[in-house]
Amino acid sequence: MNLLEMNHVSKTFDGLEVLKDISIQVKEGEVVSIIGPSGSGKSTILRCATMLETIDSGELTYLGRKAAWNEGGKAVYAAHNELKEIHRYYGLVFQNFNLFPHFNVLKNIIDAPVSVLKVPKEQAITEARELLKKLGLGDKEDYYPHQLSGGQQQRVSIARALALKPKILFFDEPTSALDPELTTEVLKVIKELAKEHMTMIIVTHEMQFAKEVSERIIFMENGYIQEEGTPEDIFNSENTRVKEFIGKLESR
Amino acid sequence: MDILSIIQQLGSGMITSIEIFFLTLVFALPLGLLIAFGRMSKIKIVQWIFKAYISIMRGTPLMLQLLVVYFGPYYLFEIKIAKWYRMVAVIIGFVLNYAAYFAEIYRAGIEAIPKGQYEAAKMLGYTKTQTFFKIIFPQVVKRILPPVTNETITLVKDTSLAFVIAVTEMFTLAKQIAANEASMVPFVAAGIFYYVFNLLVALVMEKFEKKLDYYR
Repeated sequence: MNLLEMNHVSKTFDGLEVLKDISIQVKEGEVVSIIGPSGSGKSTILRCATMLETIDSGELTYLGRKAAWNEGGKAVYAAHNELKEIHRYYGLVFQNFNLFPHFNVLKNIIDAPVSVLKVPKEQAITEARELLKKLGLGDKEDYYPHQLSGGQQQRVSIARALALKPKILFFDEPTSALDPELTTEVLKVIKELAKEHMTMIIVTHEMQFAKEVSERIIFMENGYIQEEGTPEDIFNSENTRVKEFIGKLESR
Repeated sequence: MDILSIIQQLGSGMITSIEIFFLTLVFALPLGLLIAFGRMSKIKIVQWIFKAYISIMRGTPLMLQLLVVYFGPYYLFEIKIAKWYRMVAVIIGFVLNYAAYFAEIYRAGIEAIPKGQYEAAKMLGYTKTQTFFKIIFPQVVKRILPPVTNETITLVKDTSLAFVIAVTEMFTLAKQIAANEASMVPFVAAGIFYYVFNLLVALVMEKFEKKLDYYR
Protein backbone atom coordinates (compact mmCIF):
# COMPACT_ATOMS: atom_id res chain seq x y z
CA MET A 1 0.00 0.00 0.00
CA ASN A 2 1.21 3.48 -0.79
CA LEU A 3 1.95 5.68 2.17
CA LEU A 4 0.81 8.78 0.31
CA GLU A 5 -1.42 9.02 -2.68
CA MET A 6 -2.48 12.21 -4.37
CA ASN A 7 -4.73 11.50 -7.31
CA HIS A 8 -5.79 14.06 -9.91
CA VAL A 9 -5.37 16.94 -7.51
CA SER A 10 -6.25 20.43 -8.74
CA LYS A 11 -5.95 23.69 -6.91
CA THR A 12 -6.90 27.20 -7.95
CA PHE A 13 -5.90 30.45 -6.25
CA ASP A 14 -8.03 33.43 -7.28
CA GLY A 15 -8.81 31.98 -10.66
CA LEU A 16 -5.22 30.92 -11.27
CA GLU A 17 -4.77 27.17 -11.58
CA VAL A 18 -1.62 26.37 -9.63
CA LEU A 19 -1.99 22.59 -9.56
CA LYS A 20 -3.38 20.79 -12.58
CA ASP A 21 -4.30 17.14 -12.30
CA ILE A 22 -1.39 16.22 -10.07
CA SER A 23 -0.92 12.56 -9.13
CA ILE A 24 1.86 11.42 -6.83
CA GLN A 25 2.31 8.07 -5.13
CA VAL A 26 4.90 7.51 -2.44
CA LYS A 27 5.78 4.16 -0.91
CA GLU A 28 7.07 3.67 2.59
CA GLY A 29 10.81 4.35 2.78
CA GLU A 30 10.93 6.29 -0.49
CA VAL A 31 12.66 9.64 -0.87
CA VAL A 32 11.14 11.86 -3.56
CA SER A 33 12.40 15.28 -4.58
CA ILE A 34 10.29 17.87 -6.32
CA ILE A 35 12.20 20.37 -8.45
CA GLY A 36 11.18 23.10 -10.82
CA PRO A 37 11.16 26.86 -11.28
CA SER A 38 9.60 29.25 -8.74
CA GLY A 39 5.85 29.47 -9.02
CA SER A 40 5.59 26.04 -10.61
CA GLY A 41 3.41 24.73 -7.77
CA LYS A 42 6.01 22.69 -5.87
CA SER A 43 5.32 24.19 -2.48
CA THR A 44 1.59 24.15 -3.11
CA ILE A 45 1.76 20.37 -3.50
CA LEU A 46 3.24 20.11 -0.01
CA ARG A 47 0.75 22.57 1.39
CA CYS A 48 -2.11 20.56 -0.08
CA ALA A 49 -0.64 17.23 1.05
CA THR A 50 -0.26 18.57 4.59
CA MET A 51 -3.70 20.18 4.48
CA LEU A 52 -2.46 23.70 5.05
CA GLU A 53 -4.42 24.34 1.87
CA THR A 54 -7.54 22.56 0.73
CA ILE A 55 -7.66 20.98 -2.70
CA ASP A 56 -10.41 21.86 -5.17
CA SER A 57 -10.72 18.42 -6.65
CA GLY A 58 -8.95 15.09 -6.51
CA GLU A 59 -8.08 12.61 -3.84
CA LEU A 60 -5.68 12.62 -0.90
CA THR A 61 -4.95 9.35 0.88
CA TYR A 62 -2.52 8.30 3.61
CA LEU A 63 -2.04 4.54 4.10
CA GLY A 64 -5.37 3.87 2.50
CA ARG A 65 -7.20 6.31 4.75
CA LYS A 66 -8.96 8.93 2.71
CA ALA A 67 -8.45 12.51 3.80
CA ALA A 68 -10.16 13.97 0.74
CA TRP A 69 -12.01 12.59 -2.25
CA ASN A 70 -14.17 13.73 -5.12
CA GLU A 71 -17.89 14.08 -4.73
CA GLY A 72 -19.74 15.58 -7.65
CA GLY A 73 -16.51 16.86 -9.18
CA LYS A 74 -15.40 18.65 -6.03
CA ALA A 75 -13.12 17.52 -3.24
CA VAL A 76 -14.71 16.84 0.14
CA TYR A 77 -12.74 16.23 3.30
CA ALA A 78 -13.11 13.55 5.97
CA ALA A 79 -14.58 14.37 9.38
CA HIS A 80 -12.53 16.36 11.87
CA ASN A 81 -11.51 13.39 14.02
CA GLU A 82 -10.45 11.28 11.07
CA LEU A 83 -8.36 14.16 9.74
CA LYS A 84 -6.76 14.58 13.13
CA GLU A 85 -5.64 10.95 13.09
CA ILE A 86 -4.44 11.10 9.50
CA HIS A 87 -2.55 14.24 10.48
CA ARG A 88 -0.32 12.16 12.74
CA TYR A 89 1.11 10.32 9.75
CA TYR A 90 3.02 13.32 8.47
CA GLY A 91 5.19 16.25 9.48
CA LEU A 92 6.39 19.34 7.64
CA VAL A 93 9.68 21.22 7.81
CA PHE A 94 9.29 24.83 6.71
CA GLN A 95 11.61 27.02 4.70
CA ASN A 96 11.65 29.61 7.51
CA PHE A 97 11.84 27.03 10.32
CA ASN A 98 8.91 28.60 12.20
CA LEU A 99 10.32 27.63 15.55
CA PHE A 100 8.48 29.04 18.56
CA PRO A 101 10.73 31.93 19.66
CA HIS A 102 9.55 31.95 23.28
CA PHE A 103 10.37 28.27 23.83
CA ASN A 104 13.92 27.03 24.22
CA VAL A 105 15.18 24.25 21.98
CA LEU A 106 14.09 21.44 24.29
CA LYS A 107 10.62 22.87 24.81
CA ASN A 108 10.20 23.45 21.07
CA ILE A 109 10.73 19.72 20.62
CA ILE A 110 8.87 18.23 23.59
CA ASP A 111 5.88 20.52 23.84
CA ALA A 112 3.85 18.97 21.04
CA PRO A 113 4.52 15.35 22.08
CA VAL A 114 3.58 16.23 25.66
CA SER A 115 0.57 18.47 25.11
CA VAL A 116 -0.78 16.95 21.91
CA LEU A 117 0.13 13.25 22.05
CA LYS A 118 0.16 13.14 25.88
CA VAL A 119 3.59 11.48 25.97
CA PRO A 120 4.93 11.50 29.57
CA LYS A 121 7.26 14.49 29.96
CA GLU A 122 10.25 12.45 31.14
CA GLN A 123 10.00 10.18 28.13
CA ALA A 124 9.61 13.13 25.76
CA ILE A 125 12.72 14.75 27.21
CA THR A 126 14.78 11.56 26.88
CA GLU A 127 13.69 11.14 23.27
CA ALA A 128 14.28 14.80 22.48
CA ARG A 129 17.82 14.61 23.84
CA GLU A 130 18.54 11.58 21.69
CA LEU A 131 17.26 13.44 18.65
CA LEU A 132 19.32 16.53 19.47
CA LYS A 133 22.43 14.44 19.88
CA LYS A 134 21.80 12.71 16.59
CA LEU A 135 21.37 16.06 14.81
CA GLY A 136 24.56 17.45 16.36
CA LEU A 137 22.76 19.79 18.77
CA GLY A 138 23.45 17.93 22.00
CA ASP A 139 24.71 21.04 23.78
CA LYS A 140 21.96 23.38 22.58
CA GLU A 141 18.85 22.31 24.46
CA ASP A 142 18.73 25.42 26.66
CA TYR A 143 19.25 27.87 23.82
CA TYR A 144 16.50 30.02 22.39
CA PRO A 145 15.98 30.02 18.61
CA HIS A 146 17.39 33.54 18.15
CA GLN A 147 20.68 32.40 19.69
CA LEU A 148 21.17 29.77 16.99
CA SER A 149 22.39 29.97 13.41
CA GLY A 150 19.90 29.34 10.61
CA GLY A 151 21.31 25.87 10.06
CA GLN A 152 20.96 25.02 13.72
CA GLN A 153 17.42 26.38 13.78
CA GLN A 154 16.49 24.27 10.81
CA ARG A 155 17.94 21.19 12.46
CA VAL A 156 15.90 21.95 15.59
CA SER A 157 12.81 22.23 13.44
CA ILE A 158 13.61 18.85 11.89
CA ALA A 159 13.98 17.42 15.40
CA ARG A 160 10.67 19.00 16.37
CA ALA A 161 8.94 17.31 13.44
CA LEU A 162 10.65 13.97 14.11
CA ALA A 163 9.67 14.02 17.79
CA LEU A 164 6.09 13.30 16.75
CA LYS A 165 7.30 10.19 14.89
CA PRO A 166 5.66 10.88 11.55
CA LYS A 167 5.58 8.19 8.90
CA ILE A 168 6.38 10.72 6.21
CA LEU A 169 8.21 14.02 6.43
CA PHE A 170 7.75 16.87 3.96
CA PHE A 171 10.47 19.46 3.45
CA ASP A 172 9.52 22.77 1.88
CA GLU A 173 12.76 24.25 0.49
CA PRO A 174 14.53 23.49 3.77
CA THR A 175 17.75 25.26 2.78
CA SER A 176 16.49 28.24 0.79
CA ALA A 177 16.91 30.60 3.74
CA LEU A 178 20.47 29.42 4.45
CA ASP A 179 23.91 30.30 3.13
CA PRO A 180 25.90 27.51 1.40
CA GLU A 181 27.85 26.51 4.50
CA LEU A 182 24.73 26.12 6.63
CA THR A 183 22.96 24.42 3.74
CA THR A 184 25.50 21.62 3.87
CA GLU A 185 24.87 20.83 7.52
CA VAL A 186 21.12 20.64 7.00
CA LEU A 187 21.43 18.50 3.87
CA LYS A 188 23.71 16.17 5.79
CA VAL A 189 20.98 15.59 8.34
CA ILE A 190 18.42 14.87 5.63
CA LYS A 191 20.82 12.42 3.99
CA GLU A 192 21.20 10.65 7.34
CA LEU A 193 17.44 10.33 7.57
CA ALA A 194 17.34 8.95 4.05
CA LYS A 195 19.84 6.27 5.06
CA GLU A 196 17.50 5.28 7.87
CA HIS A 197 14.72 4.93 5.26
CA MET A 198 12.64 7.78 6.53
CA THR A 199 9.96 8.48 3.94
CA MET A 200 10.46 12.00 2.66
CA ILE A 201 9.22 14.40 0.03
CA ILE A 202 11.61 17.27 -0.49
CA VAL A 203 10.98 20.44 -2.44
CA THR A 204 14.43 21.77 -3.23
CA HIS A 205 16.62 23.82 -5.54
CA GLU A 206 19.72 21.82 -4.60
CA MET A 207 20.16 19.71 -7.71
CA GLN A 208 23.22 17.77 -6.61
CA PHE A 209 21.53 16.93 -3.33
CA ALA A 210 18.30 15.86 -5.05
CA LYS A 211 20.34 13.62 -7.31
CA GLU A 212 22.15 11.97 -4.41
CA VAL A 213 19.36 11.55 -1.96
CA SER A 214 16.27 10.72 -3.99
CA GLU A 215 14.96 7.56 -5.49
CA ARG A 216 12.66 9.61 -7.62
CA ILE A 217 12.61 13.18 -8.87
CA ILE A 218 9.53 15.06 -10.04
CA PHE A 219 10.02 18.05 -12.31
CA MET A 220 7.21 20.56 -12.15
CA GLU A 221 6.34 23.53 -14.28
CA ASN A 222 3.21 25.67 -14.61
CA GLY A 223 1.28 23.47 -12.22
CA TYR A 224 1.94 20.27 -14.14
CA ILE A 225 4.23 17.36 -13.47
CA GLN A 226 6.36 17.66 -16.61
CA GLU A 227 8.57 14.71 -15.94
CA GLU A 228 9.05 12.09 -13.27
CA GLY A 229 11.72 9.44 -12.92
CA THR A 230 14.91 8.26 -11.28
CA PRO A 231 17.65 10.88 -10.88
CA GLU A 232 19.35 9.34 -13.94
CA ASP A 233 16.18 9.72 -16.01
CA ILE A 234 15.79 13.35 -15.04
CA PHE A 235 19.41 14.36 -15.39
CA ASN A 236 19.62 12.69 -18.82
CA SER A 237 16.21 13.88 -19.89
CA GLU A 238 15.53 14.80 -23.50
CA ASN A 239 12.83 17.25 -22.41
CA THR A 240 14.20 20.67 -23.32
CA ARG A 241 12.66 22.46 -20.32
CA VAL A 242 14.11 19.92 -17.88
CA LYS A 243 17.47 20.18 -19.59
CA GLU A 244 17.40 23.96 -19.51
CA PHE A 245 16.39 24.11 -15.87
CA ILE A 246 18.95 21.61 -14.64
CA GLY A 247 21.64 23.08 -16.86
CA LYS A 248 21.06 26.57 -15.51
CA LEU A 249 21.20 25.48 -11.89
CA GLU A 250 24.21 23.22 -12.30
CA SER A 251 26.29 25.80 -14.10
CA ARG A 252 25.87 28.29 -11.23
CA MET B 1 -0.21 75.16 55.18
CA ASP B 2 2.69 72.84 54.56
CA ILE B 3 2.89 70.24 51.83
CA LEU B 4 2.78 67.28 54.23
CA SER B 5 -0.59 68.19 55.69
CA ILE B 6 -1.86 68.81 52.19
CA ILE B 7 -0.73 65.34 51.12
CA GLN B 8 -2.49 64.00 54.21
CA GLN B 9 -5.71 65.72 53.21
CA LEU B 10 -5.35 64.41 49.69
CA GLY B 11 -4.86 60.85 51.02
CA SER B 12 -8.45 59.59 50.75
CA GLY B 13 -8.64 60.97 47.21
CA MET B 14 -5.43 59.21 46.29
CA ILE B 15 -6.89 55.92 47.45
CA THR B 16 -9.94 56.50 45.25
CA SER B 17 -7.69 57.33 42.26
CA ILE B 18 -5.64 54.19 42.85
CA GLU B 19 -8.83 52.14 43.15
CA ILE B 20 -10.14 53.45 39.85
CA PHE B 21 -6.78 52.69 38.26
CA PHE B 22 -6.49 49.08 39.43
CA LEU B 23 -10.13 48.10 38.97
CA THR B 24 -10.08 49.50 35.44
CA LEU B 25 -6.97 47.51 34.54
CA VAL B 26 -8.23 44.29 36.12
CA PHE B 27 -11.45 44.34 34.10
CA ALA B 28 -10.43 46.20 30.94
CA LEU B 29 -7.40 44.04 30.08
CA PRO B 30 -9.36 40.75 29.77
CA LEU B 31 -12.45 42.46 28.34
CA GLY B 32 -10.23 44.07 25.71
CA LEU B 33 -9.06 40.64 24.57
CA LEU B 34 -12.66 39.48 24.17
CA ILE B 35 -13.51 42.62 22.22
CA ALA B 36 -10.45 42.05 20.03
CA PHE B 37 -11.77 38.53 19.26
CA GLY B 38 -15.12 40.04 18.35
CA ARG B 39 -13.45 42.64 16.17
CA MET B 40 -11.50 39.91 14.37
CA SER B 41 -14.47 37.56 14.06
CA LYS B 42 -15.02 35.90 10.71
CA ILE B 43 -18.73 36.60 11.08
CA LYS B 44 -19.24 39.96 9.39
CA ILE B 45 -22.06 41.18 11.61
CA VAL B 46 -20.13 40.42 14.82
CA GLN B 47 -17.07 42.13 13.39
CA TRP B 48 -19.19 45.13 12.46
CA ILE B 49 -20.77 45.42 15.91
CA PHE B 50 -17.40 45.45 17.66
CA LYS B 51 -15.95 47.82 15.11
CA ALA B 52 -18.79 50.23 15.83
CA TYR B 53 -18.33 49.78 19.57
CA ILE B 54 -14.63 50.61 19.39
CA SER B 55 -15.33 53.54 17.10
CA ILE B 56 -17.84 55.08 19.52
CA MET B 57 -15.66 54.49 22.58
CA ARG B 58 -12.68 56.11 20.93
CA GLY B 59 -14.63 58.80 19.16
CA THR B 60 -16.44 60.35 22.13
CA PRO B 61 -14.99 61.83 25.32
CA LEU B 62 -14.60 59.58 28.33
CA MET B 63 -16.19 62.34 30.40
CA LEU B 64 -19.36 62.12 28.34
CA GLN B 65 -19.33 58.32 28.57
CA LEU B 66 -19.14 58.54 32.36
CA LEU B 67 -22.17 60.82 32.41
CA VAL B 68 -24.11 58.43 30.18
CA VAL B 69 -23.29 55.43 32.36
CA TYR B 70 -24.20 57.31 35.51
CA PHE B 71 -27.38 59.07 34.42
CA GLY B 72 -28.42 56.59 31.72
CA PRO B 73 -30.34 54.22 34.01
CA TYR B 74 -32.43 57.11 35.33
CA TYR B 75 -33.23 58.77 32.02
CA LEU B 76 -33.79 55.54 30.12
CA PHE B 77 -35.51 53.36 32.74
CA GLU B 78 -36.33 55.84 35.49
CA ILE B 79 -34.26 53.83 37.94
CA LYS B 80 -33.43 55.86 41.00
CA ILE B 81 -29.68 56.34 41.22
CA ALA B 82 -28.29 54.98 44.48
CA LYS B 83 -25.30 56.61 46.08
CA TRP B 84 -23.09 53.53 45.80
CA TYR B 85 -23.64 53.60 42.06
CA ARG B 86 -21.31 56.57 41.60
CA MET B 87 -18.12 54.61 41.99
CA VAL B 88 -19.59 51.63 40.12
CA ALA B 89 -20.51 53.91 37.23
CA VAL B 90 -16.97 55.29 37.17
CA ILE B 91 -15.52 51.78 36.96
CA ILE B 92 -18.02 50.66 34.30
CA GLY B 93 -17.33 53.77 32.23
CA PHE B 94 -13.57 53.46 32.50
CA VAL B 95 -13.59 49.72 31.78
CA LEU B 96 -15.82 50.07 28.71
CA ASN B 97 -13.64 52.87 27.38
CA TYR B 98 -10.23 51.37 28.11
CA ALA B 99 -11.22 47.90 26.91
CA ALA B 100 -11.85 49.43 23.47
CA TYR B 101 -8.34 50.85 23.34
CA PHE B 102 -6.80 47.64 24.68
CA ALA B 103 -8.78 45.65 22.09
CA GLU B 104 -7.08 47.54 19.28
CA ILE B 105 -3.69 47.02 20.90
CA TYR B 106 -4.36 43.28 21.19
CA ARG B 107 -5.55 43.16 17.60
CA ALA B 108 -2.39 44.85 16.35
CA GLY B 109 -0.32 42.41 18.40
CA ILE B 110 -2.19 39.34 17.22
CA GLU B 111 -2.07 40.39 13.59
CA ALA B 112 1.68 40.99 13.82
CA ILE B 113 2.39 37.33 14.62
CA PRO B 114 3.70 35.64 11.45
CA LYS B 115 1.35 33.18 9.76
CA GLY B 116 4.12 30.58 10.00
CA GLN B 117 3.58 30.31 13.75
CA TYR B 118 -0.02 29.19 13.20
CA GLU B 119 1.02 26.82 10.44
CA ALA B 120 3.77 25.25 12.54
CA ALA B 121 1.33 24.80 15.42
CA LYS B 122 -1.22 23.23 13.08
CA MET B 123 1.42 20.86 11.70
CA LEU B 124 2.30 19.76 15.23
CA GLY B 125 -1.34 19.01 15.99
CA TYR B 126 -2.11 21.75 18.50
CA THR B 127 -5.79 22.59 18.87
CA LYS B 128 -6.87 26.16 18.11
CA THR B 129 -7.13 26.97 21.82
CA GLN B 130 -3.69 25.51 22.55
CA THR B 131 -2.26 27.39 19.60
CA PHE B 132 -3.59 30.68 20.87
CA PHE B 133 -2.70 30.36 24.52
CA LYS B 134 0.61 28.48 24.23
CA ILE B 135 2.07 29.85 21.03
CA ILE B 136 0.43 33.11 20.00
CA PHE B 137 -0.63 34.94 23.15
CA PRO B 138 2.76 34.89 24.94
CA GLN B 139 4.33 36.46 21.87
CA VAL B 140 1.51 39.00 21.65
CA VAL B 141 2.11 40.08 25.25
CA LYS B 142 5.74 40.80 24.52
CA ARG B 143 4.87 42.88 21.48
CA ILE B 144 2.11 44.93 23.07
CA LEU B 145 3.84 45.91 26.30
CA PRO B 146 5.03 49.34 25.05
CA PRO B 147 1.58 50.49 23.81
CA VAL B 148 -0.07 49.01 26.92
CA THR B 149 2.34 51.04 29.06
CA ASN B 150 1.28 54.15 27.16
CA GLU B 151 -2.38 53.44 27.73
CA THR B 152 -1.81 52.64 31.40
CA ILE B 153 -0.03 55.94 31.96
CA THR B 154 -2.90 57.78 30.30
CA LEU B 155 -5.26 55.92 32.63
CA VAL B 156 -3.46 57.26 35.70
CA LYS B 157 -4.08 60.81 34.53
CA ASP B 158 -7.61 60.07 33.33
CA THR B 159 -8.70 59.01 36.83
CA SER B 160 -9.24 62.72 37.49
CA LEU B 161 -12.25 62.58 35.15
CA ALA B 162 -14.23 60.77 37.86
CA PHE B 163 -15.04 64.20 39.30
CA VAL B 164 -17.65 64.64 36.59
CA ILE B 165 -20.03 62.35 38.48
CA ALA B 166 -18.86 63.65 41.84
CA VAL B 167 -16.56 60.84 42.84
CA THR B 168 -13.98 62.62 44.96
CA GLU B 169 -10.74 61.31 43.62
CA MET B 170 -7.48 63.04 44.40
CA PHE B 171 -7.70 65.93 41.96
CA THR B 172 -11.18 66.94 43.14
CA LEU B 173 -9.76 67.33 46.64
CA ALA B 174 -6.76 69.26 45.37
CA LYS B 175 -9.06 71.77 43.68
CA GLN B 176 -11.18 72.16 46.82
CA ILE B 177 -8.18 72.72 49.05
CA ALA B 178 -6.61 75.11 46.57
CA ALA B 179 -9.81 77.15 46.49
CA ASN B 180 -10.20 77.20 50.27
CA GLU B 181 -6.58 78.09 51.00
CA ALA B 182 -6.06 80.27 47.92
CA SER B 183 -2.84 78.32 47.31
CA MET B 184 -1.12 76.64 44.42
CA VAL B 185 0.56 74.10 46.67
CA PRO B 186 -2.24 71.48 46.40
CA PHE B 187 -1.81 71.49 42.64
CA VAL B 188 1.91 70.98 42.99
CA ALA B 189 1.20 68.07 45.34
CA ALA B 190 -1.29 66.65 42.83
CA GLY B 191 1.27 66.95 40.04
CA ILE B 192 3.84 65.14 42.13
CA PHE B 193 1.33 62.39 42.93
CA TYR B 194 0.55 61.73 39.26
CA TYR B 195 4.18 61.89 38.29
CA VAL B 196 5.36 59.47 40.96
CA PHE B 197 2.46 57.13 40.25
CA ASN B 198 3.39 57.07 36.57
CA LEU B 199 7.05 56.64 37.34
CA LEU B 200 6.12 53.50 39.25
CA VAL B 201 3.91 52.30 36.41
CA ALA B 202 6.75 52.83 33.95
CA LEU B 203 9.20 51.01 36.22
CA VAL B 204 6.93 48.01 36.66
CA MET B 205 6.25 47.80 32.94
CA GLU B 206 9.95 48.06 32.22
CA LYS B 207 10.48 45.11 34.57
CA PHE B 208 7.95 43.09 32.57
CA GLU B 209 9.66 44.03 29.34
CA LYS B 210 13.05 43.01 30.71
CA LYS B 211 11.58 39.74 31.90
CA LEU B 212 10.44 38.95 28.37
CA ASP B 213 13.78 39.97 26.93
CA TYR B 214 15.05 36.39 26.90
CA TYR B 215 13.72 35.80 23.40
CA ARG B 216 13.24 37.70 20.21
